[in-house]
Amino acid sequence: MHKEAGADGDSLPAASSDGSMIRFDSVVKRFGDHVVLDHLDFTVAPGERVTLIGPSGSGKTTILRLLMTLEKIDDGVVWVKGEPLSHERKGTRLVPASERYLRTMRRSIGMVFQQFNLFPNMNVMENLTEAPVHVLGRSKAEARDRARELLAMVGLSDKETAHPTQLSGGQQQRVAIARALAMDPEILLLDEVTSALDPELVADVLDVLRRIAETTDITMLIVTHEMHFARDVSDRVLMFDRGRIVEEGPPERIFTSPREERTRKFLDAVLAGE
Amino acid sequence: MTVDWSWQRAADALPVLLEGFRITLLATVLGFVVAAVLGLVVAVARRSLPKVLATALSAVVQFIRLTPLVVQLLFVYYLLPQFSALQIGIAVLGIHYSTYMAEVYRAGIDAVPKGQWEACRALSLSPMRTWRAVILPQAVRRVVPALGNYAVSLFKDTPFLFTISVVEMVTAAQQFGARNFQYLEPLTLAGLIFLIASYPTSLLVRRLERRLAY
Amino acid sequence: MDFGSKIELLWNSFPQLFDGLLVTVELTVGSAVFAFLLAVALGLAAGAKNLVLRGSARVFIEFFRGTSLLVQLFWFFYVLPLFGFRLESIVCGILALSLNYGAYGAEVVRGAIASVPKPQLEAATALNFGYWQRMRRVIFPQAWAEMIPPLTNLLIQLLKGTALASYILLQDLTFQIEQLRRGSGDTIFAFGVGLVLYFVLGYLLTLLMNALEVRAKSRLGTGPTLREIFGLAPVFDQPVGARS
Repeated sequence: MHKEAGADGDSLPAASSDGSMIRFDSVVKRFGDHVVLDHLDFTVAPGERVTLIGPSGSGKTTILRLLMTLEKIDDGVVWVKGEPLSHERKGTRLVPASERYLRTMRRSIGMVFQQFNLFPNMNVMENLTEAPVHVLGRSKAEARDRARELLAMVGLSDKETAHPTQLSGGQQQRVAIARALAMDPEILLLDEVTSALDPELVADVLDVLRRIAETTDITMLIVTHEMHFARDVSDRVLMFDRGRIVEEGPPERIFTSPREERTRKFLDAVLAGE
Repeated sequence: MTVDWSWQRAADALPVLLEGFRITLLATVLGFVVAAVLGLVVAVARRSLPKVLATALSAVVQFIRLTPLVVQLLFVYYLLPQFSALQIGIAVLGIHYSTYMAEVYRAGIDAVPKGQWEACRALSLSPMRTWRAVILPQAVRRVVPALGNYAVSLFKDTPFLFTISVVEMVTAAQQFGARNFQYLEPLTLAGLIFLIASYPTSLLVRRLERRLAY
Repeated sequence: MDFGSKIELLWNSFPQLFDGLLVTVELTVGSAVFAFLLAVALGLAAGAKNLVLRGSARVFIEFFRGTSLLVQLFWFFYVLPLFGFRLESIVCGILALSLNYGAYGAEVVRGAIASVPKPQLEAATALNFGYWQRMRRVIFPQAWAEMIPPLTNLLIQLLKGTALASYILLQDLTFQIEQLRRGSGDTIFAFGVGLVLYFVLGYLLTLLMNALEVRAKSRLGTGPTLREIFGLAPVFDQPVGARS
């Protein structure tokens, strides 16, 4: 779908210059007959930390996947830093984005997956330097230095030459975080990054993420069930259900005195298990 | 029932057979290289080409796979008299087996977890880099044993080159037999040489399979 | 030769082509039956507890897998007469094909039987089933569904192997294709027709085996999709019997 231009030749609707980092504009995503995102509107400011909570199937992961261009949008527009992500500009119109366009736009977005997805045929250093060297065009030396910095930050400096199979789940996930950060993204997407970990390993990963939140101003969009962590790190919490935002607000309010019934029920169920 | 095995005749036959074996090995190695490379190209193409082209390619691959090597050899041999029989033999063997290899590679590629593709996308890796650095190393590693098995298969199919007058080992044996009116020694020796060459190799491939499990 | 007279030639050669096809089918089906029986016998023996049985089966299997089909074919045709057995060409053909592909099939059978989950074996033993009863009622029916895809691959290879038959003086389809080529002077035409005929034969065999698989799986409660039935890929597995 495409939107017509505003009055001037090449300026698009106000959405493009509202200063937001991420903007979802009436986004619709369907899987077959099932509507996962239903005319979703929301924005994320630069440097904001937003946590998405809600039952499975509510569309939270789909939002991340759309941002990471792992899925295609069915209707609406996704904007990143004032530029369309799901579409590209063709003159004064928007047309569905081509692969080449997406490949450039994606660079400012990084993602950490639930299943880590490290490359098993490379060691840790190679995992961290592959994209910076071949996508950003950095020199191997530059990429290595940056990789070492990041490994120090995630507490795995001694694992440079290790293979993913030799690392624990928590260690692999920390490497995955470092790998995403090695691209210097402006947006970091975290998709249930601790859900596949044994409980003892979760804390280390969350500590790394807290450190990132404290020491950088990277915009973070987090899907998680770890409510304590969410409360510590988030500026805003969005409660999702069936493809729509049910409630949003600062973590203190959402977690202690939610206004909506559905939010209350969800939090009761999740926190009871903690 | 009078069968006399003559060791003398066997000794006479051996050098002839080994000369033919040289050709057998040459055809095997070159044929396998053609098959392995072409098969890889086909496997990647089937995944990367637009759907119409990919389906057409698959149809051609299936056609070649399902029709006899012998008939294909004869066909190309008659069609292209400007090439030597050995060249045609290697090319057709290679093309025929590349259809099997393509399936092998396909299975290997399909077995690479979806998350690997997604991680490559998340890091903005180009398609070339995705294939070269991430997907193919994982896919090929998985299928090396299957490739090895097909290499042995190809080796055992080289006698089919007999049909286009390539003097590989079995042809040599048969010609020796015809010249000396005695087929017993040359054919038996030929069979044994095949056995000695292929059995240990297949054992090696089986060991390789166990060692390469990720 | 123009197109019209080529069609006429094709029409006239139809009886010969059909005869050739018949010989090929005879060879294929005949060998397939014996190969299968041999494969089951050898496959069971290769998985047996008895070391002698297992050892002999293994030797037999490796011998016929390791020596080449053409060698075996020629051996039966040229060498066997020296031992006093002068066999008809078609018998030589069926013998060589059955032994060769039976050996490969044995590996498939052995692998399929070994892949039946251990709990099944244990349940049968707990119910006091004897060896044959266990094999017939519990293990083989489950292994059968597993076996069909790789056996289909072998069947197609067998069909392709029959093309060697003209070299032991059998007038099979390949022989008739050569005749057609000489008669028409047109390689592409003759071989085009021939390749298509082989392809159709292979496709029909694949369909048949896929139908068998559907029936076998439906008895077990699992089943392939319609697309898989009509598809041409009889499920890639491992090449010729290397199923572990």
